[in-house]
Amino acid sequence: MTTTLASESVTQPPAPEPPSLELASYGDRVFRWILTLGAVSIPVLLGFLVYELWVGARLAIAKFGLEFVTTSTWDPVAEQFGAFPLIFGTLVSSVVALVIAVPLSLGVAIYLTEFAPKSVRQPVAFLISLLAAIPSVVYGLWGIFVLIPILRTGAFPFLRDAFGFLPLFQGPIYGPSMLSAGIILAIMVMPYIMSVSREVLLAVPDTQREAALALGATRWEAVITAVLPYARSGVIGAVILGLGRALGETMAVTMLIGNRHEIAASLFAPGYTMAAAIANEFSEAVGDMHLSALAYVAFLLFVVTVLVNAAARLLIWRVARGSGVGSKAL
Amino acid sequence: MSATMKPKISFVTTPRATLAPRPPSAQPAERGAPAVDVRRFSFAYGERRVLRNLEFSIERKAVTAIIGPSGCGKSTFLRSINRLNDLIAATTHEGDILVEGRSVYAQGTDLVALRQRVGMVFQRPNPFPKSVFDNVAYGPGLNRLVPKRDLPDLVERCLRQAALWDEVKDRLEEPATGLSGGQQQRLCIARALGNQPELLLMDEPCSALDPIATQRVEELLFELKREYTIVIVTHNMQQAARVSDFTGFFDRGELVEFDDTERIFTSPAHERTEAYITGRFG
Repeated sequence: MTTTLASESVTQPPAPEPPSLELASYGDRVFRWILTLGAVSIPVLLGFLVYELWVGARLAIAKFGLEFVTTSTWDPVAEQFGAFPLIFGTLVSSVVALVIAVPLSLGVAIYLTEFAPKSVRQPVAFLISLLAAIPSVVYGLWGIFVLIPILRTGAFPFLRDAFGFLPLFQGPIYGPSMLSAGIILAIMVMPYIMSVSREVLLAVPDTQREAALALGATRWEAVITAVLPYARSGVIGAVILGLGRALGETMAVTMLIGNRHEIAASLFAPGYTMAAAIANEFSEAVGDMHLSALAYVAFLLFVVTVLVNAAARLLIWRVARGSGVGSKAL
Repeated sequence: MSATMKPKISFVTTPRATLAPRPPSAQPAERGAPAVDVRRFSFAYGERRVLRNLEFSIERKAVTAIIGPSGCGKSTFLRSINRLNDLIAATTHEGDILVEGRSVYAQGTDLVALRQRVGMVFQRPNPFPKSVFDNVAYGPGLNRLVPKRDLPDLVERCLRQAALWDEVKDRLEEPATGLSGGQQQRLCIARALGNQPELLLMDEPCSALDPIATQRVEELLFELKREYTIVIVTHNMQQAARVSDFTGFFDRGELVEFDDTERIFTSPAHERTEAYITGRFG
């Protein structure tokens, strides 16, 4: 910068003392230790959590072993416990939720990023994100007083008439049911799936859209054949985020699912989930074995969640090759 | 499959024999009508006028270079020919552009058909994250130009035309994003050729490439102009001088001068042209 000045060699101000490297590195060291401590504490906490669950569940694990997962009796009086209906209910209600929520939220995300007028995009996205801020007990109350009456008198009879040949839509209609819980879950996970997939779609470079359009694609074809494939791993990530929420959701589900330790083919039948069972029965559990069984359920919920997430990540990892957005972020 | 062709409204008047080779050279009758006829064309983004009253025509089966300083409207002009600017809200235009005698801006112009006939290569290589094969087959598959069983032949021919076949023939199923930058750009050229366009628009196709990859693309242009009409926007004047037969000089949205490339670079008629090509501004 001052090469011309150097030759003149007049009154160059003395260079200011460089800041003490010692001090800087001392501060750096402290900062680094604090951060390391923070980072290490998370896995430690997780390990502790698993350990505590394990200890709490020891009694039940010793008595029932892996049969706990496959049997269906739940009799606190006889101290016989089997969690299969709970695992079944958790998985089925989550799958129902995703089947409803994924097309809806993807559709909204596509509309908001590709087709909606500029003035609509932000407000609608904001309103949908706001759905995520409503406490789940409010969803539960709304479900009991608004959703279930509508479903019981309108939607469920219609489904039974139209699709009654499927075992999914047979049997008596009570109201509280696997399907009601799935629908409320769908509404609850929609904002997550929508927001994340919207972000992912926004991150698809315009050059990809232009490439498709310049090759004679319509707007819709460009979305289906260029934008979505480019964003696919990110979109799958969004779905997994939603799935994670659905698996663990407790309050609204327990208010709508009917809370019965049973397995039924029909979605009109009541069911139960792991999270709902723990929440409902923990305060009333008297025997040690009952408590221990609930801890075992909690442990299983943890395992199921980890397994589902691992499988989903594997899926992302496999489809992410050659894909653009989101593969690194997830 | 072929029975469910997309409705094509006004742009396609005669069905083309899609696999038949093109006639070797322009017929004398065809010589009369230019490939692209720009008629008093103006274009504005909102209040900002970007192109003013352009009037010139582009020769068939030749390379026409558009040069000019940044922001002079060269890219906007290129994207006006295939109406890619339609994506941007609040644009206005006056006048018209004719491609092979047919209006681009007339009411009821079928954009899908237009863009199928006017291929485009972008500034940065933008292959789809699909396989090499699927990239080239994208246009013909989408527009159902050929029966599915003929796609492999078409893909091979396009890749050969883009001088890429020998490098990728053993990795057609691998993702296109694994190719080098220069290969990706030639793949994008092959992809544009997949639609068997009449006109090829290139928007600074070498600006993201290294000199060797640039040279390969330039060599390719000599081959391609035997069969295609090419319009190339470039900020590289040596490139314009090397590859083009005709050159248009744009400045501030106006066409300052349009002539044989040789004349533009040896004895330009206009002072602004001379100032630009000798590097005194821009």
